[in-house]
Amino acid sequence: MKQFYSFIKKEFYQIFRDKRTLLILLVMPVILVILLGYAINTELNDVRIAVFDPSKDTETRHVIERFRASKYFSVIKELDTKSEINDVFKGGNMDMVIVFPENFSARLHKREANIQLIVDGTDPNQAYMLTGYAGGVLSSYQMELLERYDIPVQIQTETRMLYNPQAKSAYNFVPGVMGLILTLICAMMTSVSIVREKEMGTMEVLLASPMKPIQIILSKMAPYFVLSITTLVIILLLAVFVMGVPIRGSLFWLALSSVLFIIVALSLGLLISTLVDKQMSALLVSGIGLMMPVLVFSGLIFPIENIPWVLRWISDVIPARWYIAIVRKIMIEGVGVQFFIKELCIIVVMALVLITVAWKNFKVRLC
Amino acid sequence: MENEVIHTEQLTKCFGSFTAVDHISFDVKHGEIFGFLGANGAGKTTAMRMLCGLSHPTSGKGNVAGFDIATQGEEIKKHIGYMSQKFSLYEDLKVWENLRLFGGIYGMTTKDIARKTDEMLEYLGFEAERNTFVSALPLGWKQKLAFSVSILHEPKVVFLDEPTGGVDPVTRRQFWELIYHAADRGITVFVTTHYMDEAEYCDRVSIMVDGRIEALDTPDSLKAKYHAETMNDVFQQLARKAVRQAD
Repeated sequence: MKQFYSFIKKEFYQIFRDKRTLLILLVMPVILVILLGYAINTELNDVRIAVFDPSKDTETRHVIERFRASKYFSVIKELDTKSEINDVFKGGNMDMVIVFPENFSARLHKREANIQLIVDGTDPNQAYMLTGYAGGVLSSYQMELLERYDIPVQIQTETRMLYNPQAKSAYNFVPGVMGLILTLICAMMTSVSIVREKEMGTMEVLLASPMKPIQIILSKMAPYFVLSITTLVIILLLAVFVMGVPIRGSLFWLALSSVLFIIVALSLGLLISTLVDKQMSALLVSGIGLMMPVLVFSGLIFPIENIPWVLRWISDVIPARWYIAIVRKIMIEGVGVQFFIKELCIIVVMALVLITVAWKNFKVRLC
Repeated sequence: MENEVIHTEQLTKCFGSFTAVDHISFDVKHGEIFGFLGANGAGKTTAMRMLCGLSHPTSGKGNVAGFDIATQGEEIKKHIGYMSQKFSLYEDLKVWENLRLFGGIYGMTTKDIARKTDEMLEYLGFEAERNTFVSALPLGWKQKLAFSVSILHEPKVVFLDEPTGGVDPVTRRQFWELIYHAADRGITVFVTTHYMDEAEYCDRVSIMVDGRIEALDTPDSLKAKYHAETMNDVFQQLARKAVRQAD
């Protein structure tokens, strides 16, 4: 026990003396959350719209008022001729133009009313979101008409954003950042730290000492375990109190699945350390083998639904992908364990397989 | 038998079809400085790893400090010291922290560690460097420190794998004074080296060629037997027979 204690103490000393790395590990998640939260903002604000309204009746006025009242849109121009539409887009200071037909009110009562939304398609995602929002405004107006005139509803353009009514981007990436950081600290840092002992020659001395290999491994993992829990708490505090992301589900399941995922990542780190002999290769293997896939496949940047099915198979073997899915379900959707039991089981199986393989490999390398 | 700290009989290690260590038998006596010589790839390191309990022998028997190397590796590790070819202290720890760490690993009490640390730093004349980071020490100092750390827990035998690689002759001489001092205290020293002047300092020397021990005696007897002026000549005559390529 004394051996174990001495060695763990040494690990903490080494980590806390390496100020640069420590700073990166503790500050990076903060920067990532804030950067992704504010800089890469996919929310809509102050959408500039122009209106072409040849009918100029009460109904069109009502619709326009609706847009004016919305906090997402500001109507900054009324066009007099159709030819102006192209010009406002070319000027680059308009996001959307709403085009009404002539005699809108009359058409409405004949159930022939249609409204054209013209958006700048250079950024398809943005354009898609704009029409979605505008559709929302229009359909709420239709609901109002229904009550007033008892006209049957013709077009139902309800675009409801499930779980994220305001399409807050923070909701999306906080779980992603959690998966990314845990992979980084647990897998990358652990593998580098074990390989460093090999590269420096201290591993041989340790193996020739009464320290048991399992003690060496556990004391290597302990500090990174503590560090990753700390970072996790920092991310969650930031998410809840700064970004306003809720934790709707159970904190217990969130903690449990995080610990399970940390075990997976630590075993991955151990596995990598048994495969390579140089710190640089450990960095490369964990960087390219783990970080890149986590970034690409975890749904942090691209939605998993948009990834081609062949690549989706690959994403299925990335442990972080399942962890992120669980965190999303717990934090954002707030659902119970029965809804993410499949993901949880996959993580448990991955943990068991990785621990077995890594441990076997580690022992083989000793003899 | 009582007096033997290391005893091997027909000790062999194969990696697949390659026989790295080929039926070696020798004894090392208590308090002896035993030089373990051989060209690169002759099988020295493999033999030493078996004696330290790091590697299982394919066949043959061996005892170190009274324990069987095939079955009692964990016991052996408690009673030996080991200094590897690569420099083996932690550069990002201070001198005394390294001492405390290795004392702790070998199960010494905090009191013992403190006492031995003072004794050792005084003997080495390193008192002023107690709080220095190891990375800031010159190579020769590091090596002396590493040796002192490897015998901090008073092992029965200490294994030194090319301990003086890359240091100047003066420091090497000082290093050997440390080795003599340890042997005087009853610590058996098992040392591999490429420097033939160092071979002259040993009580007895074995020379390995292609995994076998080709010669084993005192430096003087070996020189007489091979009609050589220096150990270097002895080594050259034997090593030239090697078939195996150095790795």
